[in-house]
Amino acid sequence: MSTSVTADMETRLARATRLLATVTDPEIPVVSLDEMGIVRGVFEEADGGIRVVITPTYSGCPAMTQIEDDIRAVLQPLGQMITVETQLSPAWTTDWMTSTAKEKLRAYGIAPPSRVCGSAAEQPQVMQFIRDAAVVDAVDCPHCGSAQTVEASHFGSTPCKALYKCLSCQEPFDYFKPF
Amino acid sequence: MAAVDYWLHLADNALVLGQRNAEWCGHGPILEEDIAMTNNSLDLIGQARMLYQVAAARLDDGSTEDSLAYFRDPQAFKNLTLLELPHHGPLVGYAVDNRDYAVTIVRNFLYSALMALVWERLQASKDADMAAIAAKSLKETRYHLRHAHDWLIRFGDGTEVSAQRAQAALDYLLPFTQEFWSAAPYEQAAVDAGLAIDVRSLQADWDQLVAHTLEVAKLRFSPRTGYQTQGKLGQHSEHLSYLLGEMQSLARAHPEGVW
Repeated sequence: MSTSVTADMETRLARATRLLATVTDPEIPVVSLDEMGIVRGVFEEADGGIRVVITPTYSGCPAMTQIEDDIRAVLQPLGQMITVETQLSPAWTTDWMTSTAKEKLRAYGIAPPSRVCGSAAEQPQVMQFIRDAAVVDAVDCPHCGSAQTVEASHFGSTPCKALYKCLSCQEPFDYFKPF
Repeated sequence: MAAVDYWLHLADNALVLGQRNAEWCGHGPILEEDIAMTNNSLDLIGQARMLYQVAAARLDDGSTEDSLAYFRDPQAFKNLTLLELPHHGPLVGYAVDNRDYAVTIVRNFLYSALMALVWERLQASKDADMAAIAAKSLKETRYHLRHAHDWLIRFGDGTEVSAQRAQAALDYLLPFTQEFWSAAPYEQAAVDAGLAIDVRSLQADWDQLVAHTLEVAKLRFSPRTGYQTQGKLGQHSEHLSYLLGEMQSLARAHPEGVW
């Protein structure tokens, strides 16, 4: 008899992980929660339950409840013992977005973060930060690739985005702020 | 008990300003600012939720984040008085048309300058929940501070009218910042417990930070004298009860309602 792996033999954990990879960000449906760095871990408990640990992007993100519901819904085939746990620390950072996520964002028309934030310790102190406030990130237009862009507003359609305008193709676009 | 009051103080600050700034939702002076202020409120209410959740767990008396937000009366709120004031200067009617965006921006600037410094230091709190919330909130508060800083410069170094209104807002609001630096008994207890930082130790940095922006904005650091408000002790202006009345009415009309 063949010993090839069948669906039956896939562990619950592997199945949970596979299913979870299909859950997308409710605000940006082209990227998965995993690619966004929102899923921090998937664990199988001693009693066979599956525990998913997620972290909010922004503390007031209204999508978090939707994200929890979506995770529960997609894991429903695995039975009732599904827990979704929210973990605040370490705080989410755009540095956790995968390069795939960044490419998908760009293709979707959202410019990905143009710089790395680094750890909290690596960020400028507040006293320095405010003196640097006039420095605006250089962002390439996700539509035409031009570097000739200007910031129109710090806050875009969601807290995580700023509103930019391309001076070459004249199109406005969202910029996912380094966070 | 004292330590819980410190959590409530921080949570009430965020909730009350979040609710106040949300008044601009759909009424912003320009579309971009309408969106910016609504995002600002969303962050503040998110911060308030995280803080209330911890406070409710620590109280362990059946309190929830909702009961703390919706079923406490004004005297129980420990927010800074500055944060409950309407979006206009003194002696002006309540009409929406009387809202002054200069008051909104100046208040956001004074408060986010304080909180950026507070959250920065609270990342080292001995309380793991506080340190986690501080690290998260600091990122958001830096964006709020930058937003207010940029607008203050645009106002101060803008037209004659914008500079005059920004200066009037500073003259009106700066005296309320005296309250920042008087530690309430529960703050001192929280400092002693390693939960909080002594807010008075931040005043020199805050003064320097504010002075820097005002200088770039060509505005004056007006005097901080006169009556010192006591919101953090639960003694509020008449404005808080109206704000809470609006915010709490739905939850109180349908207690424990879900949808």
